[in-house]
Amino acid sequence: MMFCCESCCSFVLQVFGMELQAVLMAAGGGSRMMDLTYNTPKPLLPVGNRPLIWYPLNLLERVGFEEVIVITTKEVQKALSTDQRLKTDVKMRLDVVCIQEETDMGTADALRHIQQKIKTDILVVSCDLITDVALHEVVDLFRAHNATLSMLMSKVHEFTDTVPGQKGKKKAGEQRDFVGVDVTGKRLLFMANEADLEEGLVFRKSIMRKHPRMLIKTGLLDAHLYCLKRSVVDFLVHNKSVTSIRGELVPYLVRKQFSKFLNTKNATEDTEKNQKQQDAHHNLELLSTSKEEALLQLARERSCWNDHRGDMSEAYHGGKLRCYVHIMEEGMCYRVNTLAAYIEANRVVPKLFEDPPIHPTAVVTERSLVGSDSIIGPYCQISDKTSIKRSNVGTSSTIKEKVKITNSIIMNGVTIEEGCNIQGSVICNNAVIGRGADMKYCLVGSGQCIEPEAERTNEVIVGSDQLMEI
Amino acid sequence: MADSDGRQVDSINHSTEEGVKLQEIVQAKCEGKELTREEKQRLRKEKKQHKKNKKDDRGPPEKEKEKEKASVPAPSKPATQSPAHKAPVPVNASASESPVAAEKPAKSKAEQRAERRARQDTERASKQGKKEGGQLSASSKPKATPNELQPVVKRLPEHIQVDDPAALKKLAKKLERQQVPLRSDYGYKVSLFSHLHQYSRKNPPTQQISIPATVIHPSIVRLGLQYSQGIIAGSNARSVALLHAFKQVIRDYSTPPNEELSRDLVNKLSPYISFLSQCRPLSASMGNAIKYIKKEISNIPSQCKEEEAKRRLQECIDSYINEKIILASEAISKYAIEKISDGDVILVYGCSSLVNHILCEAFEKQRKFRVIVVDSRPRLEGKEALRRLVKKGIRCTYVLISALSYILPEVSKVFLGAHALLANGYVMSRVGTSQIALVAKAFNVPVLVCCETYKFCERVQTDSFVSNELDDPDDLIVTRNGKTHLENWQTVKSLGLLNLVYDVTPPDFVDLVITDLGMIPCTSVPVVLRVKNVDQ
Repeated sequence: MMFCCESCCSFVLQVFGMELQAVLMAAGGGSRMMDLTYNTPKPLLPVGNRPLIWYPLNLLERVGFEEVIVITTKEVQKALSTDQRLKTDVKMRLDVVCIQEETDMGTADALRHIQQKIKTDILVVSCDLITDVALHEVVDLFRAHNATLSMLMSKVHEFTDTVPGQKGKKKAGEQRDFVGVDVTGKRLLFMANEADLEEGLVFRKSIMRKHPRMLIKTGLLDAHLYCLKRSVVDFLVHNKSVTSIRGELVPYLVRKQFSKFLNTKNATEDTEKNQKQQDAHHNLELLSTSKEEALLQLARERSCWNDHRGDMSEAYHGGKLRCYVHIMEEGMCYRVNTLAAYIEANRVVPKLFEDPPIHPTAVVTERSLVGSDSIIGPYCQISDKTSIKRSNVGTSSTIKEKVKITNSIIMNGVTIEEGCNIQGSVICNNAVIGRGADMKYCLVGSGQCIEPEAERTNEVIVGSDQLMEI
Repeated sequence: MADSDGRQVDSINHSTEEGVKLQEIVQAKCEGKELTREEKQRLRKEKKQHKKNKKDDRGPPEKEKEKEKASVPAPSKPATQSPAHKAPVPVNASASESPVAAEKPAKSKAEQRAERRARQDTERASKQGKKEGGQLSASSKPKATPNELQPVVKRLPEHIQVDDPAALKKLAKKLERQQVPLRSDYGYKVSLFSHLHQYSRKNPPTQQISIPATVIHPSIVRLGLQYSQGIIAGSNARSVALLHAFKQVIRDYSTPPNEELSRDLVNKLSPYISFLSQCRPLSASMGNAIKYIKKEISNIPSQCKEEEAKRRLQECIDSYINEKIILASEAISKYAIEKISDGDVILVYGCSSLVNHILCEAFEKQRKFRVIVVDSRPRLEGKEALRRLVKKGIRCTYVLISALSYILPEVSKVFLGAHALLANGYVMSRVGTSQIALVAKAFNVPVLVCCETYKFCERVQTDSFVSNELDDPDDLIVTRNGKTHLENWQTVKSLGLLNLVYDVTPPDFVDLVITDLGMIPCTSVPVVLRVKNVDQ
């Protein structure tokens, strides 16, 4: 008779190769918010009183992954095994791969580094992604169309909150991404970043001939969530010049969909030719299994489906390489890689969870006023006559009497003395705010001390040794 | 006797034939040994337990029937009549009963135990036998029809019983057991078709499946997605893709210890098949392919090593595809080309892979003809057929089905593809085919249906209502000039959108069926089926 469900399940896992392996990139430095990350690695920044890395891990766990390969630094690895939230909440098996912090490893380099571990198609996620997307939408595109790349994008949110330390209007120089999709909105035809363009957008004629209708979108945020075929990893191994997935690999794959080389059928003949010319091209095609292609080809021939109408070519124009994108119209998708995004995420995220806003281990005296949209982390101490509105207070922070905190983010281990007034600010780990200080729209770096009776508005206060970094 | 009266009351309440039987035993043996009576009581209690379990399975309506029938014999239960009331199987029991009743004092304990065991065995056997029947077992029906075999009610397939909550519950339980997610129906269903499933493409079947797919093999998940999104459509394409996916499943399969490949692999395939039918109801060709695979798997000898068995199965699949699909289409083209003469105007409907193949082959053999492609919404498959034919170089005309009677006077022959050929000669094909056949008949244009033999199925249908497929109703919504009139069709209470996929054409409208076995009239389909079954 059949085994019981659980053992059957795990047995079935061994029976056939896994469909997808998850890879979490957590080695990034957070270069766009150095004020926050000079002391704390980005994956461990608290958002809604959880470390940032918890969110993608939770996403993966929710959809059913059982193990994740995490590429990160030693510090984060230590935290993964000691931090309470990470240890207890995350039930998946984490296979942590450490890389040295000093080596400037791009995301594609990291994939090359773990090439031995990768046995099937992969799902690459970045540690700073907070989203509630239905992941099956992205993976279904990958499965149904047998795509080489499938990614997630979302409409950009305008950040309305004042960001500490920002002088003047937000620079419009946030490099725009130009994304071209076909009429269905799913097939990715064109992708370029403004930084790479000199005069204007350049389109190949072959794309226009095959897809005469293209929608170009600019207000999209790349969520850095990619489903990649196994052959792409092997391609990366052969092409060591590609360092970044987002910057180089994805635009390359999108371009190669319409490249002439890949559409030739006689792969063996071309290998010698191409090996001399460009070793890049032949790999992607050869590495797809050819034996079962015959049956699939037969099925496709007999099927009366075509992905486009109006010209004489077969489905997918006979192309073997296909890139798809799922654009989220509604729902939450944040990439916490700038200060503004960090603040916005902290605002939005607590509403998602059903955790009690005030952690059971926090000590909150009765005469204090904690608003309903604030969250207090574990082991905090909130004293009398303190008012906390629309703020997040991290683990083990101490707030003394008569403090008013509005619209702020207080990280872990912070001490705020009596009589302070903190508005729209970000106070990092282990900072100390002296008595009676008045902080408006400030960012206080890790471990900093603010003298009593200080009055700061719209300032970034970081250690002097950090100032040298600029 | 008070005791026996008490028991009599009991037996009336339980009102089965056993009660009657035991009643007379007790009556007959009222002077019997103490031990005997106690044993008999024990026996009766066991039987009552059996009955209770049986009744719990049956449900209320049958219970009433039982009670009603039981009340009839209850007043009249002379020992002699009850044997006559008994049904076939318990006849043996009663046969053993009467001699027991006759010679009760002479029975020893051991013999009675043996008899009791025999009785229980026969009852168990009768329970097994009657379970299929779904009717009251003979034991609970002391009516005067003991000799006739109870008519066996065939279980209706689940996918046409959607409006029956009991069937739905059974399906939900089965899917839960197999860990396959249940896909929920969508939208208002036109009342005539409320017994069929109607799914929406916006709720894919993969919503509740984990990523990565563990319970269901990844290639089956991919296949299901391709079915539900229509990427693989068409009877032949679906069968080939299914067999390809099965090849991958077999390749990745490894026999668990203490199991036999021939039995275990079939069990492993069942949840996959349930999942696929949740994505899109199985076609007749797929059903036949699955039957073939299961037969091949169970025919693997147990001494066969796993690698050898897997290789053999892969070869079987390859040969099945080769014989039944590829070579069959070659054979059919050969026959069909004989029927195409120069100067012909051929009408085709939708996109049938077989008909397209025939026309391309005929064109290569230098036949001079032109083609009229008839198309219909919402699928507009004719555009794909048009593309393939024009690419080949054939002169084509394209009309929508509403222009059919306008274009038919020009047509000399109609070639139709089929999704399945039913056992009573009806042709099941894309919706609109029966229209074409009807109008062609009215114009005296010959209608030729091309169909491979592996699509023949045992089903019998005379109308398109009883078993069909409902596609996503939102496909009917179209945006013209920026306006989408049907956008909020769900809010209009009196409006229902119906997107049928198949219809059946009666054999009177079909002049010839071209199969790989030759050109046969529509009414010879049952003969072919019989011959096929004999072969296998």
